[in-house]
Order: sequence, then structure tokens, then C-alpha cells
Amino acid sequence: MTEEPQVVPDEVAAESSSGVPDHGVPSSGEGRQLALHPTAEGYLDLIERLYDEGYVMCVDLLGVDYLGHPDRKLPEGVAAGRFEVVVNLLDLEGHRRVRVRVQLPENDPRLPTLTGLHPGTEAMERETYDMFGVVFEGHPDLTRILLPEDWEGHPLRKDFSLGRIPVQFKNPVQGGDR
Amino acid sequence: MSIASREVSARLAAGESVLRMSEAEAEVVEGVIDPEDETMIMNMGPQHPSTHGVLRILLELNGENVLRSKPIIGYLHTGMEKTAESLTYVQGATNVTRMDYASPLFNELAFSLAVEELLGIEIPERATWIRMMMTELNRMASHLLFLASNGMDLGAVGMMLYGWKEREEILRFFETVTGLRMNHNYIRPGGVAADLPDGWEDGVARILVALPKRLEEFDTLMTGQPIWRDRTQGVGLITTPEAVALGATGPILRSTGAAWDLRRDEPYLAYDQVDFDVVVGTYGDTFDRYAIRLNEIRESMRIVEQCLELMPSGDYRTQDPKVTPPPRARIDESMEALIHHFKIFTEGFHVPEGEAYAAVESPRGELGCYIVSDGSPKPLRMHIRAPSFVNLQTVPHMLTGGMIADAVAIISSVDPIMGEVDR
Repeated sequence: MTEEPQVVPDEVAAESSSGVPDHGVPSSGEGRQLALHPTAEGYLDLIERLYDEGYVMCVDLLGVDYLGHPDRKLPEGVAAGRFEVVVNLLDLEGHRRVRVRVQLPENDPRLPTLTGLHPGTEAMERETYDMFGVVFEGHPDLTRILLPEDWEGHPLRKDFSLGRIPVQFKNPVQGGDR
Repeated sequence: MSIASREVSARLAAGESVLRMSEAEAEVVEGVIDPEDETMIMNMGPQHPSTHGVLRILLELNGENVLRSKPIIGYLHTGMEKTAESLTYVQGATNVTRMDYASPLFNELAFSLAVEELLGIEIPERATWIRMMMTELNRMASHLLFLASNGMDLGAVGMMLYGWKEREEILRFFETVTGLRMNHNYIRPGGVAADLPDGWEDGVARILVALPKRLEEFDTLMTGQPIWRDRTQGVGLITTPEAVALGATGPILRSTGAAWDLRRDEPYLAYDQVDFDVVVGTYGDTFDRYAIRLNEIRESMRIVEQCLELMPSGDYRTQDPKVTPPPRARIDESMEALIHHFKIFTEGFHVPEGEAYAAVESPRGELGCYIVSDGSPKPLRMHIRAPSFVNLQTVPHMLTGGMIADAVAIISSVDPIMGEVDR
């Protein structure tokens, strides 16, 4: 990649082998499986910078519960948290993809919302909240999306017990077999 | 024109077209005209014939004009991503194939590609070409289903019968290959479940010969017809920056003039070896989305034709003993082969620890599969990036300012499959 001869900031000039600028954030994988691992504090800032570099579409945002896997493989300098939020960004013109993976603690997992920059993450963040209980601060309508409004618990968490929960409905059928 | 802008993102994020109202609130005010500004909240669905299953849309109306709206989903949620965590990778395709039930092979393909990425295995050339031919036929079937339901939604009731009839011809071919009309579980990690049956060429050729005439009839019935044009042209407009900001892919993004198709732009399978065009629209309206799908059937036929000519011989699945059981004959001779066979189908095969994302161009847009493996035979997390789930967010923006009668046309043009929206 040839840059114009003017002075460019170091962080933009330093490109990793896959053509994605190194943001001083630990990375893992390569090619189409490249992932950047910012902290929860640096998350929004990194997404903003990637947006300016052409990653204008947020394809996907999801949660992962790594309960019981605290010693999984992560790049150096990244402390494993129980939850992870994975954001999949796409550069339509440069044909590039990058994943952003943020570690979140077990207690009170929260992140700033991306809806201001990527309005399409609204439903995805609602789903992640619904399924994992990750709170997205500043989200315009952080309510349950797939489950009923009065559902208790977050079913995709690994400690959500399966098979022993009666189906929750607002108005059980009168005289029904209980 | 730039394909994305912060201004558009900020405007969409302000959510002027999205109705922020909970279901409980809506229950109280539904059907009552507000005396102050004469608006009314109306509920459309979930049992509305034009909502393609169980989509519910809350509409804020002023007379017959739609002001704001909110899609409400989840009526078909059965926790398939949770189910996937208790199924082995061998069983996984059976689960994902039920998500987008109009194009089941794409779900299986995305799942298999993600698993193969983690396993680091190459699949034989013939398997790749079989996958490509079958998914293109599936794209044709899915778009025919769209034409049928789109026609019916807009009053061309005859179209429903014609579309379903042609789709059925393709499903009949699928039955001869996979044993099932839908939910095939045919594309599996490592290849496909079975080789193409004898005489498959005739089956494909029959479809390729019959369909062009039918497509011409559809043109007569709908494309050039003034009522059809009036109902679809200029209805449900969306621009490229809006579609990009909302994450919309597939025919919705292409209708705005952005030529983005994963088959061409991030080639998977053998799409770099076949010749086809990416169909794009100009205005981003309902008619463009209809015309794109109609012409994509023609492009898919071109690809299938090339598959018919170029289909290589060889294995239909990898011979890697890690994922493929030994042949039936070996089981009679060898105790080890029997044990191996038994292990693959009871315990499943182990997939190396890691994460992988694979995406394919489904008839509705980018269908992705993100798998997290902890080294066991079952995924720690399996997530499907469902195009309909994301595309549905464009509906409020396209409905705003339109008539309520256009709502049916717009919802139909998004072509949501609720099975993959709710998963």
C-alpha cells in the first residue's frame, strides 16, 4: 500500500500483515478470521476508528458465555472475562473483515451501545441483552426482543438450567391442567 | 456518492421512524384515536396473511398514513442456538437447516464452512461443485417462493400458484438427491451426505429447459403490467448509506445500486470459476427488489448450467478419517472400523479449540455462522447471523410516510423468513 508522502500518524502507518492498521490492541487470527481485542473502555473508540478506515458496516454483534473456560487461548495482555461480545465489521469497498472481541466480567457486564454509529446493531444488541444480560449503555430501546417481556433469566448463559422450567405465559388458560 | 456517512447513521439512530413502545403499552392504546393529534396505534399481525408467518408490526397511523412503526418478533423463537450447544457437529446441520426453511441448504453450507474452517480440512472438488449447484437451485426455489408470495400480497393471486408450481419442480429434484423436499441435512461438515443420483443431469436439465418460459410468463403477468408498476415503483425507498448503516444485505442493499454480493466479492466454494452477473437496482424501491430477485433466478440458472457442464468426478466427501466414517464394507471386516464408525455417530468428532466465522450469500443476504469450539465434539456457542433478522430493521424506515396499503408491499419485498428471524 503506497501512502502519500505527507506525515501520517504512527498508528495508521503501522499496518499488520493483513492490511488492518494496528491500533495498539492485541490481535489474534489472520485473514478473514482476524480479531482485535480491545478493553471495554477502548471498545467504542476502536469501532469509531475502524469506521473511519472503511469498516462502515456492522454485520453482526453477538455474545458468548465462556463459563468454565477462564484459561482459553487469548492474545497476550488480554484478561479473560466470563462473557465476550463479538462485533463483526465489514469494509465493503476494501473487501476486508475484522472482528472485535471484548471481554466482560461476570458481574454487571456492560458496554456502550454502537447504535449511534451503526443503527443496525439495535436488534443485535437487544438480542445479546435478551440472551446474555449484557447491558448496552445508551441503547434507545434495550428490551427483550425474542423472549416475552416478562421472561426471567438469560437463556444462552451457560448456567441457565434447561428442561425444568415451566413455560412462562402471561395468562395461563383458566381451568387448564396445572 | 459515498456508501456510508455518519450523518445518515446519526439520523437513523435518532429513530424518527421507529415507534418506541412496549407491547404492554400498545395493548392499552391500540385502536384508540388520540384526540390531540388524531394518530392511532394499530397492530398488524402476527396472524396477518401478508406478514409471512408470525411477524407483528405496530403501526402509528394518521388516517391511512404510516408515521412510525416497530416490528415485534419472537413468536417463533425456539432457542435453536441453545439447542445447537447440545448437538454434536455431526448433528448440527439438522438443527440449522430448520432456520431459514425456504433456503435450508444455505444454512447447512454456512454451518459446514465454519466447522471446516475450524477443522482446517479441504473438501473434494466434486463436493464443492455439488454444494454450489444445489445452493443455486435452492436460490431459484427461494426466489420463486418470493415471487409467488409477493404476487399474492399485491393482488396477483394467480402468481401464487405459478410460483409455487415451479418451486415444487425444484423441490422434487431435491427429493431425488437428498431424500427430502426441505430441511435436507444434505450439506455436512466434510462434504455432502450422498453423491448425486443416477440421471441427475436429466433432472437439472428439465428444470433449466422449463423455467425460462415460465419466467417470461411472469414478466408478462407482473413486470410490464401497469397496476404492478403502480403498486411497486417508488414504494418503500431506501438509499445505499441507509442500507449500509442498518446492516441490510442481499437484494435490499443491491436494490440501492451497491453491487455487493459475497459470491463475487468474497468468493467461497468455486464461484471464482463460474461466470455470472451481480444484479443491481437503481432506485432502492419495491420494484427494484422484485426485479433483482426475478433476474437472480436467471443468473442462478447460468451458474447451474455451468455446474452441469463442469461437474468434476471424484469423492463427494472428504476421506479424512477424523470426520468421515469408514465405508460400509470395511465395517464387516474390521473391528477398528466398526468402533470408529460408532464413535463418530455417538460421541462425534472433536473440533480444535478456536473461533471461526463463515458467511455465504443466501437469497436474503449475508448468512453467517460463528462457531466457538472448546475442543469438544459439541460447539460452545453456535450463532447464526440471519439476514432476515437484520433486514427487518429497514422496515420502519421504508414504511414511514407511506400508505398503509403499501406496508404489505414493503414487508413482502424484504422477504423475511420468520424461522431465521426468531431462531
